[in-house]
This record gives sequence, structure tokens and C-alpha cells, in this order.
Amino acid sequence: MERIPILQMGEFLLVTIQVDMHDRLAMALQDDLTNRISKTSARGVLIDISSLEIVDSFIGRILGTIATMSQILDAQTVVVGMQPAVAITLVELGLSLPKIRTALNVEKGMELLRASVGRRSKESGNGRAKR
Amino acid sequence: MAVQKDEVMSVTSSADIVLVRQIVRKWSVELGFSLIDQTKIVTAASELARNMVDYGGGGKLRLEALSEGIRRGLRLTFEDTGPGIPDIDLALKDGYTTGNGLGLGLSGSKRLMNEFEIYSRVGEGTRIAITKWR
Repeated sequence: MERIPILQMGEFLLVTIQVDMHDRLAMALQDDLTNRISKTSARGVLIDISSLEIVDSFIGRILGTIATMSQILDAQTVVVGMQPAVAITLVELGLSLPKIRTALNVEKGMELLRASVGRRSKESGNGRAKR
Repeated sequence: MAVQKDEVMSVTSSADIVLVRQIVRKWSVELGFSLIDQTKIVTAASELARNMVDYGGGGKLRLEALSEGIRRGLRLTFEDTGPGIPDIDLALKDGYTTGNGLGLGLSGSKRLMNEFEIYSRVGEGTRIAITKWR
């Protein structure tokens, strides 16, 4: 089956969604990402949706689930690159994605991830114990 | 109001939902809708197509290019022969769902379009027509 590639960059995982996601592909991404987070001890996940022409309630729900699951696995999720028309439509649809952190682009998203991971490491002394 | 062009496609699986998005996008572009309106129409179509697959056992989508005076529109009619909706008012409430979705499909697509008509009979099926004018 078709899969969305997940790239690892240091302690972060990067996903760029470049196809119109059908439902099974979105579910597979959710499974793959949670597996990769636990396997790699990633601290952050960045999902680039700049190529997505729509986000409906199903995809919105998947993004929310990914964010919640990764949080439970001690990783932060940032969704970046949402097109303005998509954002307007999402709000009118009634979906405000309250649990999802967003940034305008990949660069700002990475900044946000680095800052939040750095801050949390400081708070807990020297971060997560090395495995 | 005149129908300039129409087309019917069957929608039975979740893979068909992607095809619905593609064909609705194509028609919205052809009718000259703005990018924001295209996005709203495609999103509403995606919601209703998924409802039809998940709850109605699949069905048909009819696309119609409309003209009325100088204005043009796109009407999408989703029709299934599934179990029907016993309480339409309840089904139209934000957050109400009988499945595991968010319950935004019907209410959300109503907000995204200009016109929304729903007809449903328990045991016979559901027909939902949505229209956007430009």
C-alpha cells in the first residue's frame, strides 16, 4: 500500500503530505508516525500540509489524533503551511483544531519545535534519559 | 433556473471520496469560482460523500451546472438508499454523530454552501442537495 514518507532529522520527524490523502492513507500515517516516535524517541513532529488543497473533518480529526498521540509519547507536533483558503474553510466548517499547534511555514515550525523541546529539557533538568 | 450540464457518478468506497473531490474541484474551476469558494465546495462535497459511504452504504452524486439570469451555480446532490436519518434536526446539530466522526459533516457543509436541502426517510434513504452561487 501507498505510504507517506517520514523523514528523521535529529530528534525531529518530518512529514510532507504531497498527495490528496484518502482515508486509509491518513490512518496509515497516524499508525506509522506513532510507531516511529516510539522507535526513534523523537521529541517533535513537523507536518507540512502546504500541498493539501482541502482539510475536511476527517483529515482534521487525524491531525488532532496524531498531535494527542505524540504528546502522550512525549513529542510535540506542529502543523505548518496551511493554505489561507483551507484555514477559512476549516473555521466555517466548525473545526478549529484546538489541540494542534501551527506555524506559517517549515522554518517557523522548526523554530517552534526547537524552542519547546529546549524549554522542556531545561525544566526537567537535562531532558529525557538517554536510551 | 436552467441546468447547463450534468453528470452522475457512483460513490461507494472511501477511494471514491478522493475522486469526488477531484471532479468537484474541476467543475468549480470551470464555473469560475474563487479559490476560497472552490475550497469550501470541495470540502462540503468531501464531508457529504464520506457520510454517504459511512452511513448510507454508498450512493450517487449528481453534479449540475446551473444558470439563473446572470448568476451561475453548482448544485451537488448526494443520494443513497441507506437506512435514512430518523431525526434530521438532531443530525444537523454541531457535534452530533452516530459514528466515530466529529459530527460536523452535515452542519459544516450547510455553513459552507448557499443552499442546503435534505430529504430523508427511514428505511428508504437520504438525499442532500447543496448549491453554491457566484
